[in-house]
Amino acid sequence: MKNFSGNILFLDRSDINTDEIIPAKYLTEISKQALKPYLLEDLKLVGFDPQRDIDGKQVILTRANFGCGSSREHAPWALEVNGIHLVIGENFARIFRQNMFNCGMMAVELPDSIIDSIFRKFAGQNTYLETDLDKNTFILTAQGLSQEVPFSISEFDRSLVASGGWVEYADRKY
Amino acid sequence: MGCFMGKTIAEKIFDAHRVDNPSEDVHVIRLDAVFCHEITTPIAINDLVDRGKDRVFDPGKIKVVIDHVTPAKDSKTAMQGKILRDWARRHNIPDFFDIGRNGICHALFPEMGFVRPGFTVIMGDSHTCTHGAFGAFAAGVGTTDLEVGILKGVCAFHYPSTIRIDITGRMPEGVFAKDVILFIIHQLGVNGATNKVLEFTGPVVDAMSMESRMTLCNMAVEAGGTSGICYPDMTTVEYLWKFTKDDYADKASALDHFKTFHSDPGARYDRVLEFDVSRLEPMVTFGFKPDQVMPVREMASTRIDQVYIGSCTNGRIEDLRVAAQVLSGKKISDSIRGIVSPATPEAFRLAMEEGLLKIFLDAGFCVTNPTCGACLGMSNGVLAEGEVCAATTNRNFNGRMGKGGMVHLVSPATAAASAIAGTIVNSELYKGSS
Ligand code: SF4
Repeated sequence: MKNFSGNILFLDRSDINTDEIIPAKYLTEISKQALKPYLLEDLKLVGFDPQRDIDGKQVILTRANFGCGSSREHAPWALEVNGIHLVIGENFARIFRQNMFNCGMMAVELPDSIIDSIFRKFAGQNTYLETDLDKNTFILTAQGLSQEVPFSISEFDRSLVASGGWVEYADRKY
Repeated sequence: MGCFMGKTIAEKIFDAHRVDNPSEDVHVIRLDAVFCHEITTPIAINDLVDRGKDRVFDPGKIKVVIDHVTPAKDSKTAMQGKILRDWARRHNIPDFFDIGRNGICHALFPEMGFVRPGFTVIMGDSHTCTHGAFGAFAAGVGTTDLEVGILKGVCAFHYPSTIRIDITGRMPEGVFAKDVILFIIHQLGVNGATNKVLEFTGPVVDAMSMESRMTLCNMAVEAGGTSGICYPDMTTVEYLWKFTKDDYADKASALDHFKTFHSDPGARYDRVLEFDVSRLEPMVTFGFKPDQVMPVREMASTRIDQVYIGSCTNGRIEDLRVAAQVLSGKKISDSIRGIVSPATPEAFRLAMEEGLLKIFLDAGFCVTNPTCGACLGMSNGVLAEGEVCAATTNRNFNGRMGKGGMVHLVSPATAAASAIAGTIVNSELYKGSS
C-alpha cells in the first residue's frame, strides 16, 4: 500500500484540468518517470511556482472538479512519480477519480465547508497531514494548530488502495 | 429486476460476461478481445514489466497493430513500435499487424473477423466504440484498465444505461452515415451521452452496410458515449460469413443466433429519440467541438487548404468508392492539397483493382499507405498554423491535425467535391432536399 501522509500542497482553485496537471505534449513519453519534472507545469494559479512549491509535498488539497478534461492517466502518474498519492477536494472529474484508485492512490471528497475551513486555517503554513485508514480520519498539524477530519471511501475503492491498485487487485482476484 | 422486464443488448452482454460484482454498480466482465496499438500500449507493457507481471491472459484474444504512425517518423515513434513488436513476439501473439499488413485498428480488426455479436472488447483508444456496429459492447479505456485487460482478460464497468436512437425516414440521395451521425451529435451535444451506450436502430440503420454502421458507431464517443451498438442482422451475417461458416449449419442459423443479441421489446432505456432523416442535408462541423454542426449549404464557399479522406470513420472501401465517384474525370483545385489514406491493405487493394486509385491520382490526390496519420496530426498531412482542412475524420478539436490548424468534419462525398471546388461545397450526388 502506498503512503498517504505528508506535507500539503495547497492549490486554491476549482476546475484544475488534466492539461494543467500534465500538458499534452508529454504524452509521447513511454515511462511514467519521464513525466516527473512537468507536473503542474501549466497550472494557472497566482503565486504558484511548480519548481519551488512541489518538492517535499505528498498531499494536494484543492477545491472542486479537480482532474477535468481528458481521460489521460498521465495525470495520476505525474502525481505518483512525484510522491503525491492523495488528493483531497470537494469533488473530482469521474475518470480522474477512477484513474487515481486504479493506480492505488486516493482522491478523497470532503464537504466544501470543511475544505474551506482547512484553507482558511492552514493555507500558507507548513502543514502535515496524517492519514489513518483504520479510523477514516485525517489529522492536520501546523505550528500550534491541529485538526481531525473524518472522511469516507467505498469498500471497493478501499480494496483497490489496499491492493496497490486495480492491476494488483485484479491479478490476485481473477 | 423483475422477470417481466426486458433487457437491452448491452445488459444482455454484461449479464453473460459478469465475473464479479465487487460493490454496488461495479461490474467486472470477461473480455472476448483486447485490442492494442502502439500509442497507448507500450506504457502499459512497460508498467507490467516493472511490476514483474509481463504476462498476457490469452495470446489468441489479444490483437495488435501498429497503425497511428507507420512507417515510424522519428526515434520516439520507432521506439513505440519496437516495444509493441517485441512484446507481441515474446508472447507469441499470432495476430500482430506490422507495416505492409497493417491498417487502422477500427477498420482492420472488423475486416479480420475479430469482432462478433455479443462480444466484449476494450482498447486503449476512444474510438473503440466503432466495433459495436456488430452488436458488441466495445469501449475505449485508460492505461490501467488496458493493463488489467491484457493480464487478466477482465474490465470493470458501471452497469450500462442506454440511449436508443431510432433513425427513420428515407435517406436522401447524396446523404451518408457521416451526415446522420454529425446531425445526431449536434442534437445530443458532446456530453449528451456521457457514460451511456448509444443504440442505433430503425429502418435506416437496417438498410445500412456494415461500413456505414461502423461510421455511425465510431462517433458515439463524440457525444460522450461508451459504446455504439447496432442490432446484428443478415447484413452482419453476410459480412462475417467467411469467418463463421464453420460455426453454423447455414446463414439462417447464424442469423438466429445473432438475433439473441437484440434488445427485448420491454427493455428500459435512459432515453429514446427518433430522428427522421428524410430531409437531412449533408452536414459539416464548424468550430472546435464535434457538436458544432450545420448544413454544408450554409458553410459553402469556406476556403480550405487541404482535403483529407481516410481514418477509422471514413477510410473504408465504401468511402473510397463514393469519393472516387465524385472525383471521376475531374481535377482538384490548384489551391488544394488532397490526401487519401485507405484505412486497410484490403481497402487499398480493392481500390487498386477497381481503378479508384487511378481516379484519385488523376485528380491530383496523394495516396498514402493505410495509417491514422494526419487524423491525429502526427504525420502524413499535418496542418500549418492558420490552415484549414476538410476531413472525413471524427475530431475537430483545436489543433487536432496540427497546432493552429482548423478541421471541418465532412462525408467522403463532400470532401471530394470540396477538393474540386477549393471550398466547402455539396457534392453533385446530393440533389437537394425535396
Ligand atoms: S484514425 Fe484517427 S480517430 Fe481513428 S484510431 Fe486513428 S487516430 Fe484515432
